[in-house]
Amino acid sequence: MRQDHLITATQLSRDDIEAVLDRAREVADDPAAYADRHAGRVLALCFFEPSTRTRMSFDSAAKRLGIDTIDMGDVGSSSVSKGESLSDTVRVIEGYADALVLRHPSEGAATLAAEHVSVPVVNAGDGAGQHPSQTLLDLHTIRENHGLDDLTVGIMGDLKYGRTVHSLAAALTEFDANQHFISPESLRLPRSVRFDLHETGAQVREHTDLEDVIDELDVLYVTRIQKERFPDENEYHRVAGEYQIDAETLDDAADDLTVMHPLPRVDEIAPDVDETDHATYFEQAHNGVPVRMALLDTLLENAEAAEGMEVDR
Amino acid sequence: MSEHELRVSKIRDGTVIDHVEGGQALNVLAILGIDGSEGFGVSVGMNVPSDRLGRKDIVKVEERELSQSEVDVLSLIAPEATINIVRDFEVVEKNRVTRPDSVTGVLSCPNRNCITNADEPVDTRFDVVADGVRCDYCSTILRADIADHIDV
Ligand SMILES: [Zn+2]
Repeated sequence: MRQDHLITATQLSRDDIEAVLDRAREVADDPAAYADRHAGRVLALCFFEPSTRTRMSFDSAAKRLGIDTIDMGDVGSSSVSKGESLSDTVRVIEGYADALVLRHPSEGAATLAAEHVSVPVVNAGDGAGQHPSQTLLDLHTIRENHGLDDLTVGIMGDLKYGRTVHSLAAALTEFDANQHFISPESLRLPRSVRFDLHETGAQVREHTDLEDVIDELDVLYVTRIQKERFPDENEYHRVAGEYQIDAETLDDAADDLTVMHPLPRVDEIAPDVDETDHATYFEQAHNGVPVRMALLDTLLENAEAAEGMEVDR
Repeated sequence: MSEHELRVSKIRDGTVIDHVEGGQALNVLAILGIDGSEGFGVSVGMNVPSDRLGRKDIVKVEERELSQSEVDVLSLIAPEATINIVRDFEVVEKNRVTRPDSVTGVLSCPNRNCITNADEPVDTRFDVVADGVRCDYCSTILRADIADHIDV
């Protein structure tokens, strides 16, 4: 990967993705070899929206590379609540750190941040936009279970606002996967994501019923449907109920179907699925650390190489 | 004397924007930031019969020539438009508009949750795609509704 930042999954080629995943495999096999690789570096964790696992996962990944982390803390207690712009905030934090991880409630926030700073920026979620580091760990999980060729993937739930879905769908086109999107009509993929899929000539079908495709899938990626997306609670319960799975739902599935979820789950996946061989979501969550180590390692290496080039000139 | 010349009189110096899709003339004026308060002459012909478009609009603006960025945005809502520069009653230059690769700072993003709508010191930037424009920040695509989002 020769990128300076990781902002969207659409910027990643198959080679970029495989290079990070190869490195993630190396990291997982021999973490000690990476322990002090970036000693003395500092990573800033800038979360303008609450997050536990993504923040902790980046924090852990950084520390395992010898990187110190600084955290701007909860939004309520920072200068953001005093009305400072994101542009100003990242320009200030740039002076404290060698790279920034940014989560923000507005779409396009990471793109804007990257325009203002010269250190690498990782988009850890921008509103209903993108979440590309999640996609890298999703792909790592798929690769370790199925490989990335000849895949048929079903993505179900809130496809409209689900940033992990938008990133994953874009990245899967690099592997010519067959993609099935299963959602209520009101939460189907946004126009901009469908436009990109169409542009790449991706194999894409949309469904309202999981039953229509469950037996064809290698991977079922389930996402949460949030209550806030519906005008009233009854409507939410009626619709969300149709997109929950349990062990019985998977009766018709292939034996080696991999069930994934970006977590946290509420009741989209019943606990009885955890007992089946299909359940892969905890493995998926654990993959966050080696994959984010590989990602940070790559971005910092690129940044150092770029600095070297500037000195040569 | 042709029919549209009867409806919209000749100008001495300025710009004639011809072959505007019927119904878009007022949006053209909006793009140019013209509301009549500037004091120069403006004539608008709407739904004039046209061989090429069926019905077309024409906008004539006296004492005013267009900048490139104005022409760029104009091309999005009036892709067939021709721009005639008039000096001393003569057309001295006649150009078709061409679609630009991107437009900066003229359109506002329709996505309320876009970072460009969040009080940041940033100009909007839209890539021109197949049949519309696309926000560089949030990827939202604007098609037929472009004219509703002209930020003037
Ligand atoms: Zn936007």
